[in-house]
Amino acid sequence: MAFGRDGLIQIILIGNSIVMLAPIIIMVISAFKTNAQIFQSPFSLPDFTKVGNLVRVWTETDFIRYLMNSFIVTGSSIALILVLGTMAAYALARYEFRGANLILLFFLAGLTLPLKLAVIPLFIQMRDLGLLDTRFALIFIYVATGLPTTVFILTGFIRSLPNELEDAARMDGASEARIMWAIMLPLVRPAMVIAAIQNVVPIWNDFFFPLIFIQSNDLKTLPQGLTTFMGEFGTDWGVLFSGLTLSALPVIILYIALSRQFVNGMTAGAIK
Amino acid sequence: MLSSKLTGRNLWIAALVVPPIAFMSLFLVYPILSAFAYAFYEWKGLARGEFIWFENFHRVLFEFPFSERTINAFSHNIFVFFALMVLQNGVGFLLAYCLWRELWGARFHRVAVFLPVVLSTVIVGLLWKLFLHPLFGAVNVSLRGMGLGFLAQPWLGQDSTALMAIIVANAWHMVGFPTLVFLAGMQRIPSEILDAVRMETESEWVKMSKIVWPLVAPSATVVFTLLFVGAFNWFELPYVMGGIDGSPHGATDVLGLYFYRTAFGSMSASAENFGPGSALAVLIFLFIAVVSSVITIRLRKREIQL
Repeated sequence: MAFGRDGLIQIILIGNSIVMLAPIIIMVISAFKTNAQIFQSPFSLPDFTKVGNLVRVWTETDFIRYLMNSFIVTGSSIALILVLGTMAAYALARYEFRGANLILLFFLAGLTLPLKLAVIPLFIQMRDLGLLDTRFALIFIYVATGLPTTVFILTGFIRSLPNELEDAARMDGASEARIMWAIMLPLVRPAMVIAAIQNVVPIWNDFFFPLIFIQSNDLKTLPQGLTTFMGEFGTDWGVLFSGLTLSALPVIILYIALSRQFVNGMTAGAIK
Repeated sequence: MLSSKLTGRNLWIAALVVPPIAFMSLFLVYPILSAFAYAFYEWKGLARGEFIWFENFHRVLFEFPFSERTINAFSHNIFVFFALMVLQNGVGFLLAYCLWRELWGARFHRVAVFLPVVLSTVIVGLLWKLFLHPLFGAVNVSLRGMGLGFLAQPWLGQDSTALMAIIVANAWHMVGFPTLVFLAGMQRIPSEILDAVRMETESEWVKMSKIVWPLVAPSATVVFTLLFVGAFNWFELPYVMGGIDGSPHGATDVLGLYFYRTAFGSMSASAENFGPGSALAVLIFLFIAVVSSVITIRLRKREIQL
């Protein structure tokens, strides 16, 4: 009886993992095939030494440029989110001052606001600031949307840090800035990793805001560039699968290496 | 001495909190507040015209052809919400229940179920578009291979299956999220309760429906609310798989696409129409805000404090 129950659970789990992984495996093996091989036997293993499709993606398309743009935009956004988020969270968590609760509420309110629906005023605003079709438009938007969760996570964490170190340093006459930088911030690093991961996946993957704000091919991010690229190579499925594989692989490898941190980071807002 | 020290401290605090507040005000709060104002003006291209009260709202809700498209898109969003409730949250709960037993290999299955979640929606959409290709897609090729060729369909090409195909792709992409949120909820159930249950009943169904399900209510509140918000903000996957016009024949049109087309122009008519677009955005925003608060409050009531 117990075996039957566990057996059923195993069958469900194995079946599900096949459904989850098969599309990704087919994507990767198709990257090494010709059109004819993909159409006739989509599931057969290819000759993994045939990297012609991958080379074509690398050399004949703007793939590297899109990849670099994604790195620049995501990297700058995360850096700015962490700097600004830590500043606000540190002030809210370590000092008592008038209006602190109000400021925390202000950041929390930002958690619930869907910025996608404010894209029309945002568009006008970016035009007035002269930021249309620049990376700054994307970076500023990502920072604004990423700050609420970051402040939320970091404030909770910084509050839980002990007072003793800080008090001792203050006794010795260290300045507030020095206490923050040299004593407290090194302790905040684990929470910063969670906050960074929580932001990095949606920013790296975002398609909506580049679609609205970026027109130049030179500035397109990877998800946006992929749609262009799919149009250009529409009939060459080996190249298409190679493009998808090359775009997905960095994230997949990072996820497999850091799966616990990814899961914690991405569900941090949903698990109390 | 004391006062100068105090101002120094206040200056330091201000230096810390002002830049982040400024960023959020400028690029999040201000645009959202202006969105409400914009909906009450007439727009000519990118230039704001006169204040016209509720005319934009009247147009998108009651005037042809806006009204019909609004209703068509809205009904699709409702369908998407309920379909994903079953395919994503329902399946997620079952998978979480299976993973929770910590049988051999559970760690592997946990990593596998969350893997698609980290992929970009664009990659998922383009991948499934290739798989669902009527002639060469892996789905139809394998159906033919199994002698089930009569089941092969132009999945994304016909009205009857297009929306459902995109919904299934969405469920594949995101099912890991509710799964792991539910799993975290289950892992917080105290073992004394589970031991007591084990004494009372052998039935897995009773345990799942009468004990576990009520006890993971906080997780359910979160994933239901997030799914609701996601279903009515749905944009990227239908854009990639169905196209900007919700093809075929508007069968995959949803509010997000319709809003985008109205505001920034479609393939056929690339003209901005910010008035009706803003009105649509405000209506979608209010609908999501009101209904998701009601959902959250009602679901909170059934949560049990342990």
